[in-house]
Amino acid sequence: MNSPFFTEDHESICEMARDFANKTLAPIAADVDKNEEFPMDVVGQMAEMGFLGLKIPEEYGGLSLDMRSYVCVMEEIAKKCATATLFISSANSLSTAPIVISGTPEQKEKYLPGVVAGEEFIAFALTEPNAGSDAASMTTKAVEDGDDYILNGRKCFITMAPIAKYSIVYAKTSPEKGAKGISCFMVDMSLPGVSCGRHEEKMGQRGVPVSDLVLEDVRVSKDCLIGEKDLGFINAMKTLSVGRVGVASMCLGMAAEAIELAVEHTKNRVQFGKPLCKHQAIAFMLADMETKLNAARGLVYNAAWMMDNGEKADKAASMAKYYAAEAAIDIVNKALQLFGGYGYSREYAIERIYRDIRVCSIYEGSSQVQQIVISGQMLK
Amino acid sequence: MNFHFNEEEQEILDMLHDFCLKEVAPKAAEVDENERFPEETWHKLAEMGMMGVPFPEEYGGANLSYLNYIGVCEELAKHCATTSVMVSAHTSLCCWPISQYGTEEQKQKYLSKLCTGEWLGAFGLTEPGAGTDAAMQKTIAEDKGDHWVLNGSKIFITNAGFANVFVVFAMTNKELGTKGISAFIVEKDFPGFKVGSHEKKMGIRGSSTCELVFEDCIVPKENLLGELNKGFKVAMTTLDGGRIGIAAQALGIAQASIDECVKYTKERVQFGKRISQFQNTQFQLADMQAHVDAARLLVYRAAQAKQDHEPHSHLAAMAKLVAAETASDVTRRTLQLTGGYGYTREYPFERMMRDAKITEIYEGTSEVQRMVISGWMGVK
Repeated sequence: MNSPFFTEDHESICEMARDFANKTLAPIAADVDKNEEFPMDVVGQMAEMGFLGLKIPEEYGGLSLDMRSYVCVMEEIAKKCATATLFISSANSLSTAPIVISGTPEQKEKYLPGVVAGEEFIAFALTEPNAGSDAASMTTKAVEDGDDYILNGRKCFITMAPIAKYSIVYAKTSPEKGAKGISCFMVDMSLPGVSCGRHEEKMGQRGVPVSDLVLEDVRVSKDCLIGEKDLGFINAMKTLSVGRVGVASMCLGMAAEAIELAVEHTKNRVQFGKPLCKHQAIAFMLADMETKLNAARGLVYNAAWMMDNGEKADKAASMAKYYAAEAAIDIVNKALQLFGGYGYSREYAIERIYRDIRVCSIYEGSSQVQQIVISGQMLK
Repeated sequence: MNFHFNEEEQEILDMLHDFCLKEVAPKAAEVDENERFPEETWHKLAEMGMMGVPFPEEYGGANLSYLNYIGVCEELAKHCATTSVMVSAHTSLCCWPISQYGTEEQKQKYLSKLCTGEWLGAFGLTEPGAGTDAAMQKTIAEDKGDHWVLNGSKIFITNAGFANVFVVFAMTNKELGTKGISAFIVEKDFPGFKVGSHEKKMGIRGSSTCELVFEDCIVPKENLLGELNKGFKVAMTTLDGGRIGIAAQALGIAQASIDECVKYTKERVQFGKRISQFQNTQFQLADMQAHVDAARLLVYRAAQAKQDHEPHSHLAAMAKLVAAETASDVTRRTLQLTGGYGYTREYPFERMMRDAKITEIYEGTSEVQRMVISGWMGVK
């Protein structure tokens, strides 16, 4: 790798992830998409490799590694199967960061080891039908009732919800206080009143189950509160900052794979008596794609490096996610164009990558949300 | 230049609009999901006289202008891109070369059944090794005295599974390159002719795209279309017209996607306002509409030039280049404005984005259009 951002340790974990992606994920990626299902034994294998606990403290079964290690793994895994990265990002960021950031030692002990082992999934429920980019306008409520809270509301587009044992749920505990009246709860999915809607049919990243999460008079005890009452929104935003760098790394992997496929195809495909890559317009397209990818890499690796060095990285994370997602969408589009009619056929991986990449500028904060964060930091 | 439709033409388009609302739009999602060719729509469009719009009444056509036909392609594409390409491949790529190059006998025998829509037509030029470089034909036609024998295969052939008649291209003189290609009219029941399996695609999934296989296929002597060894010109002039139809398809997809998106942004509330009230949303939609209108003028100009028998290869190429790239860009942006909802298969945005991409690829990729345009400019 030979980069100022990485050490030899990062390189070796990168290599391990690359091997795994090539041997185990590449052969199943097309079926995962077609059948809209990811094989659980492969999740188990990812747990054995340590991928599900990269950033989780060792005392809870994880590897206590840094953000850059996580970025390396996400990038390598995304090259072969975008759906697989969701199991890794869920375990390392969305489902555990709220606990790692704000949880008590008891909560960490209770929830983290199962996730790291790949035995339990925890969903992250923030989005609601009318609270997408404007997350603070959520209407799910948690009302105190003696030693318990009673939760009511509806969350949507919740990744992993249908297979999750628990879900992190954000709900309003002091509705009059807006974003400062939101709390974070851990909800057992088997509790009375908890249900999932139907499987959401999506354009891409089809292998991971996504559904609504409905809460009807769900009673949870006060020890299910993660962090302090009314401080849940800060917890959610910190979690998403980590998540954004994860999504950005996923974009790097998909874009890198698209470029590799395009290079191989344009070297082999002969039209007008020479390989496509010998036509200048094609060679220049490839040069643009590669330059854009490496510019995105700089932003993503830098954001991870800042986080590892304890620097404030909200703006850096937003710039990384915004730029990497937009760049990757453009790169993958160009790669498909270079494949022509073949690229439009579902027999070629580039077709799937084109559908998979599109959501990266939407979830975990759309590009517009990143623009809000970036300009907000500039204009405050 | 006047692009207004006259009263009769406008009535036809209004009637088609009503038909589409009842019969085409409600099926679009199902046609996509099940990869089902909308055969019943073909027969209904035939009853309405939509399968031979720009051809003389004596052959069963509607005797309307080429611009009117382009309006039909555009209207159909607003509701279902699969249906639009079914009509345009049939009309532009099969009826047109027969009407332009066919003998009186060929027109009586084939055009009159095609224009009434009793029969469906297709066009076979592309081969595995001859995509953008169409001159690299490997399919061979041998003169056997009183008949031709064809051997070879064609790929990515639109309408193939349901077509009765195919205009296909084969080498009649291998030494002469593009000057040794001839066009033939092949019926689906000719001995030695076979339609291969359905191609699974990213979009226009209901469109029947298949391989054609010729194994000692016997074609009667009189089924040579146009002059011997002049087939490449038949193919190129046919595609000049076809491109205007695909450009119109791109316009329809883009406009429908904007129209749906405008509705969505006027209903969706985030941060206490309808998202249509945010300046970013307003400016994005303004940009999209301006680009679609610019593309529409190019498309209509090309159609008018074709109608007036003026040189139009470069106009068709510019129309298709701009309209197709606009459609891809617009559908990506409307999906962005509709966020997570847009990415689900419950809304039409993701289908429109998948459908738009093919307009940059078939009937000449955007790169082919750039070759045609720069060639016309004398940039060599």
